[in-house]
Amino acid sequence: MSQATPAVPAEKGPLIYRQSIWTRVTHWIWAICLFFLLLTGLQIFNAHPALYIGQQSGFEFDNAVLEIGAFNTPDGPVGRTTILGKQFDTTGVLGMSGSAERPSFVAFPAAVTIPSFRDLGTGRVIHFFFAWLFVATMFVWLLASFINGHIRRDILVRPVDIRGVPRDVVDHATFKFKHGRTYGPLQRLAYFGVFFILFPLIVLTGLTMSPGMDAAWPWLLDLFGGRQTARTIHFGVMLLLVTFFIIHIVMVVAAGPINELRSMITGWYRASPGTATSEGDKP
Amino acid sequence: MSGIITRRNFLRGTALAGSSLVLAGCDQFDFLGSRDNQVRQVMERANVLTYTVQRALIGDQTLAREYAASEIRQGQRPNGSTDPTTPEYLALKGQDFAGYRLRITGMVEQPLEFTLNELRNMPSRSQITRHDCVEGWSCIAKWTGTQLGPLLDMARVKSGARYCVYHCFDNIQRTLTGDILYYESSDLVDAYHPQTLLSYGLNDQVLPVSNGAPVRLRIERALGYKQPKYLHTIELVDDLSPFGKGKGGYWPDLGYDWYGGI
Repeated sequence: MSQATPAVPAEKGPLIYRQSIWTRVTHWIWAICLFFLLLTGLQIFNAHPALYIGQQSGFEFDNAVLEIGAFNTPDGPVGRTTILGKQFDTTGVLGMSGSAERPSFVAFPAAVTIPSFRDLGTGRVIHFFFAWLFVATMFVWLLASFINGHIRRDILVRPVDIRGVPRDVVDHATFKFKHGRTYGPLQRLAYFGVFFILFPLIVLTGLTMSPGMDAAWPWLLDLFGGRQTARTIHFGVMLLLVTFFIIHIVMVVAAGPINELRSMITGWYRASPGTATSEGDKP
Repeated sequence: MSGIITRRNFLRGTALAGSSLVLAGCDQFDFLGSRDNQVRQVMERANVLTYTVQRALIGDQTLAREYAASEIRQGQRPNGSTDPTTPEYLALKGQDFAGYRLRITGMVEQPLEFTLNELRNMPSRSQITRHDCVEGWSCIAKWTGTQLGPLLDMARVKSGARYCVYHCFDNIQRTLTGDILYYESSDLVDAYHPQTLLSYGLNDQVLPVSNGAPVRLRIERALGYKQPKYLHTIELVDDLSPFGKGKGGYWPDLGYDWYGGI
């Protein structure tokens, strides 16, 4: 069989119906929700740009783990970020931003807050609206994905997936993506972490900041070690979700943005050549 | 189809997708800051949902957490007005609030007024609670005062009354057309809650001016702005629209949610 013919063009894999309507709709609703939740969240953070460990905020003692502020120095004002006692000059980004003539002394710059100006009340209105939408979508996704098998088929991490992680890491690092019928080991780990760890964590830590919810569910305060710790975890989970978003976008671009986007819009996904066909596939 | 990934295409695509987040955040959504924007008004319905769900979820008598004395690690941080300058308040402060009267008026069978000494001689309650500011910080302190509920019972609240409006001495905002005085309001669930105090003591001392002397209301299951300082009149009403800009409080008038339990 080994003839000296030039490389044959790769055969196309089958077109498979990979993402159900529930997965696609909840994906885009979440995308919109998380966009607004992030940018209004930074607006809310700017109202008191410091994070603490414990029940309360130390004004006469120090339990802060993060502080962003503007300070006067002999050379003029600077933006300064303090993380676990270590100071960083973040002029231009955190603590002080905007133009040299009209500097703005906010923690996160106007470009990443909604509204762009300081407006805690509006930030809260938008944040809570999308928080409700986000949580409602979570329940819809959970129910639909349990019934249609998406969780079992693609999300749950099985022992075989754990064993497959080293191989999958190598494949990703060398841009060798397998477009199969189900998710690969790293995809499962990432989505399991987001759906079953980060999403519940960010909702519950958000609720722990509500004095009303703390009365109804006082265990929230014990679970997270205090309202201010919950606020710190809420911020930390936000950073992890932003990290997930960046990797997510990088992977979509690397794995073929047209095919990936199509699957999340129409549901149809071009599998890798050699993928066994089954009923319902298109050529 | 995925096609061939070159390093350049890969980097370009990633940079493009990544920067779209930052670009989109600039100021396209600033219109939501205006109070009468219709999209904003739809979004504000979520606050009504929060209020309804929390009222259903939280027992009317369920207490906010009370802490051990060892948790009082600092003074109560003052915020908002810290030294009112209205002539009425200055006059009262000058005579150590001897002339102070707390009034209960509006939709009650028996309007009442109390001097500071009368309030201090009523059964008192002390509670070490966490004060949560809408800005995000918390502070634990011991509050001493008398419960509002029994006083409302003495005044015999009429059956149609739905809210308490809390009128305050402090000029939170000074404008060209005059001072804007602080006010707040709550439903009767919060008003009758066992931890809702007319507090005159803070951390075993007389309540200082910076924290609302002579009397500050405590509503422990809500944020700090629902706990008005420099309180002088409690008015029972069935409608909040005649007060301020009609949203039930100084901060709600500025676009903050009225319920304030989250």
